[in-house]
Amino acid sequence: MRFAVPSNQAKEPDMQVTMTINGESVTKECEPRTLLVHFIRDIVGLRGTHWGCDTSNCGTCVLWVDGEPVKSCTMLAAMADGREVRTVEGLEQNGQLDPIQEGFRECHGLQCGFCTPGMMMTGRWILDNNPNPSEEEIREGISGQLCRCTGYHNIVKSIQWAAEHPAENEVKA
Amino acid sequence: MQTPAPLEEYVRATSVADAIAQLEKYGEDARLVAGGHSLIPMMRLRLARPEALIDINDLDELKSIKVEGNEIVIGAMVRHREVLDSPLLFEHYPIFRECEKVIADPVVRNRGTVGGSYCQADPSEDLSALGSALRGSVVIQNSTGTRTVPMREFHFGPYMTQVGDGEILTEVRFPIRPGAGSAYEKVERRVGDWAVTSVGTFVVVKNGVVEDCGIGLAAVGAEHFCVPAAEEFLIGKAPTEENLVQAATLAAEGCNPSSDQRGPADYKKHLAKELTLRALRRSVQSSQGA
Repeated sequence: MRFAVPSNQAKEPDMQVTMTINGESVTKECEPRTLLVHFIRDIVGLRGTHWGCDTSNCGTCVLWVDGEPVKSCTMLAAMADGREVRTVEGLEQNGQLDPIQEGFRECHGLQCGFCTPGMMMTGRWILDNNPNPSEEEIREGISGQLCRCTGYHNIVKSIQWAAEHPAENEVKA
Repeated sequence: MQTPAPLEEYVRATSVADAIAQLEKYGEDARLVAGGHSLIPMMRLRLARPEALIDINDLDELKSIKVEGNEIVIGAMVRHREVLDSPLLFEHYPIFRECEKVIADPVVRNRGTVGGSYCQADPSEDLSALGSALRGSVVIQNSTGTRTVPMREFHFGPYMTQVGDGEILTEVRFPIRPGAGSAYEKVERRVGDWAVTSVGTFVVVKNGVVEDCGIGLAAVGAEHFCVPAAEEFLIGKAPTEENLVQAATLAAEGCNPSSDQRGPADYKKHLAKELTLRALRRSVQSSQGA
């Protein structure tokens, strides 16, 4: 392993990456070093996923890979090759907002909105795994994500609202 | 914007043997990537600049938690969340759940792996304190075979381990100790942070005497994450408050923390004693022979 020295290397050759994004197969070229968050935003063009701290602390870049929320700034696009990705754009189904989206609207779960996509993706996952979470379980679930506006109170309420108003195709436990 | 330096190669390993072959092919400029939650941040900061990344996420052979004989075996690709949720690990050692609950945050735990944590060898790594406390071992494989290394001989220093070029850590093993009580204590500045100080312990009490115990400490400069003198003091003695206090005092004396943004050295020493005492008390209480 070499340690950091300024790089004068020419742009490396691109590679082809194919993944399923919100149910659709997408094939694009990127560099092997391209981070998943930049692939999704800048190459695929889905800007709903936000790019925040770059250090896997803030969680605004959370999306799902193979059904689990991950911080997409800490994964290479190449590592998602062949995997199934779900972004915040994939929450809405057939023109119907997901209950988690309705919850954020009903309970004023955002102010500036920067953390919202990551919060909603993790919120959806919390409810998929535990349809009736306690307040403590919700707070624990989102503890890897930062919000500098709401003090988290309304985010917790929004996820609780979604738990109380499941979509018709969800089975209420 | 932080972007890793250009990578020459990204390859997916199809088996442990293939991963080793790829490591040999690319030599010292190759790195394995599992969860990537230590390596990729280091690559973005250009602290690490591998030329080839070998992705081992497809290696299902490294993804199981099982019992073999009198040992628990955890595959290197087992994620933190799977350790946290494992009834098998909890049944033998509640310390696994207590420790994992304070490692990073739930989303990071979905990706980060056991093998990655040990190989990163951060001096504040909670799993290293746990591994040293339980006197576990790691299995390292290369093209000529495998070898088993005790956790207490695994580290050469911060971020340096016995895993060499062309080698992969395949599993970690922990001896089963019937009746053992165990506990983990950590002080962190905020959820998901590295420890200011953390301590894990196990105790086996038989007939009113401590038959065996282990104390592991992270982030306080304890060599190999342990202070054997504290354990030796306690073994063979009654688990009285006085003896636990003395063991905790010895544990703190064996640490060599540095002052940094997480706190001054004397505070960390104070925590080493207090957290050791708390973990020992709870381990004694939960030991079935107590």
